Amino acid sequence: MGRLIRSVLAAVTLAAFSAYWLSGFDAYTVFRSDGRLTSSRPPNAANGKVLFAAGGCFSCHASPSSPDRLHLGGGQPLKTPFGVFYPPNISPDPLDGIGRWTQVQFIRALREGTAPDGHSYYPAFPYPSYRHITPDDAADLFAYIRTLPAVSGRAPDHDLAFPYSVRRGLGLWKLAFLEGTAIDNDPARPANWNRGRYLVEGVGHCAECHSPRSLAGTIIAEKRLAGGPNLEGKGFVPNLTPDKTGLGEWSEAEIASLLKDGFTPEFDSVGGAMADVVRNTAQLSDADRMAIAVYLKSLPPIAGQSRSK
Amino acid sequence: MIVRRIVLAFSLSALATIAIASTANIGERQQIMKSNGGATKPVVAMLKGEAPFDLAVVQKSLANYQDNIGKFVTLFPDDSKSGEKTSASPKIWEDMAGFKAAADKFAADAKMASTTIIDETSFKANMPNVLKNCGSCHEAWRVKDPQ
Repeated sequence: MGRLIRSVLAAVTLAAFSAYWLSGFDAYTVFRSDGRLTSSRPPNAANGKVLFAAGGCFSCHASPSSPDRLHLGGGQPLKTPFGVFYPPNISPDPLDGIGRWTQVQFIRALREGTAPDGHSYYPAFPYPSYRHITPDDAADLFAYIRTLPAVSGRAPDHDLAFPYSVRRGLGLWKLAFLEGTAIDNDPARPANWNRGRYLVEGVGHCAECHSPRSLAGTIIAEKRLAGGPNLEGKGFVPNLTPDKTGLGEWSEAEIASLLKDGFTPEFDSVGGAMADVVRNTAQLSDADRMAIAVYLKSLPPIAGQSRSK
Repeated sequence: MIVRRIVLAFSLSALATIAIASTANIGERQQIMKSNGGATKPVVAMLKGEAPFDLAVVQKSLANYQDNIGKFVTLFPDDSKSGEKTSASPKIWEDMAGFKAAADKFAADAKMASTTIIDETSFKANMPNVLKNCGSCHEAWRVKDPQ
């Protein structure tokens, strides 16, 4: 009997230690990550500016009190069913922002969701999508952000409900759900399709809002991009697949046009968070907007909620 | 007994009237927004160079916007916050003054454009400023299609 209890205790202790260690900073990096954290060429800030617009970084990170959206002081609350997130200061301020970060630290934050001090970010920062950004592009983004004004001040701490408030759980979450590899160019597809996929699935992180999520907070794969409930409030986010409940009746040109001026084919003007997204995508080239449209129209149609007219 | 029935009947019909009234408001709001969309379609086609510039059509759209938006802001009584797949944001009722100010700005921009737009060049220079109101208003005062 005593031996049994001792074995159980030993097993429990071992499990607890393993869980603690696996939820730690390096487990994802050790067991899953492709480990691509270095760029192969000198950074190109002009390309970084394009990616910054495609990702709409300032939609979350701009200082709410500043009229200049390139002041990336953070702190604008993002209200979700998990609680309220306050995006951090990513301006080049050396104390409160990312001014002292190295390029590798930035690439790791973006592609692996790990901060320089080793803690994991909540996936409200959409690194499951940013995972697909190449290290070269991530370095370009870093170079561009470093040209922006330094803003002092820190965002408040996230205000989350239990158990989401246990940050250490994120290490396990990443181990379970964060892909280890990134999407690669598909040589069987045209270049603009590949570009479109890269923008939609990677830096554009469209699926992060336009998909339903499981209880674990992950995107439900078979409903990816097929729309879902609006986590920020009432209503739902539309289906982007070419189903009749989605973009089935839209032409590629109509999709590209919405990303430029915000008008649907019926001349409704998109609202909510998408209005801000359009402000970002309007800065892309016509070719990039068309690439996004080409990729979306190539997806398998998935039935979603129908859009009210 | 009879009195009670009469009272009940009155209350029910009063309730029904209220329900019909707010449904009517929501329906009318949606019709007005569709009308705005109809007025925008030819204008955007001209901006994109897909249709030839036509000053009369532009002026008609600008007049439509002003008529529509003046009526639009009167259609938000307290009992019309939900139902009929309304996309109106609850924020409208929390800040009615801000909502009306946004509508007034749209009307004022449309009115200003109707005097500054006299040819294709002034059209291309001034029309986008009017259309910006669509996105900014929807961003602040409308939520994504509820079901």
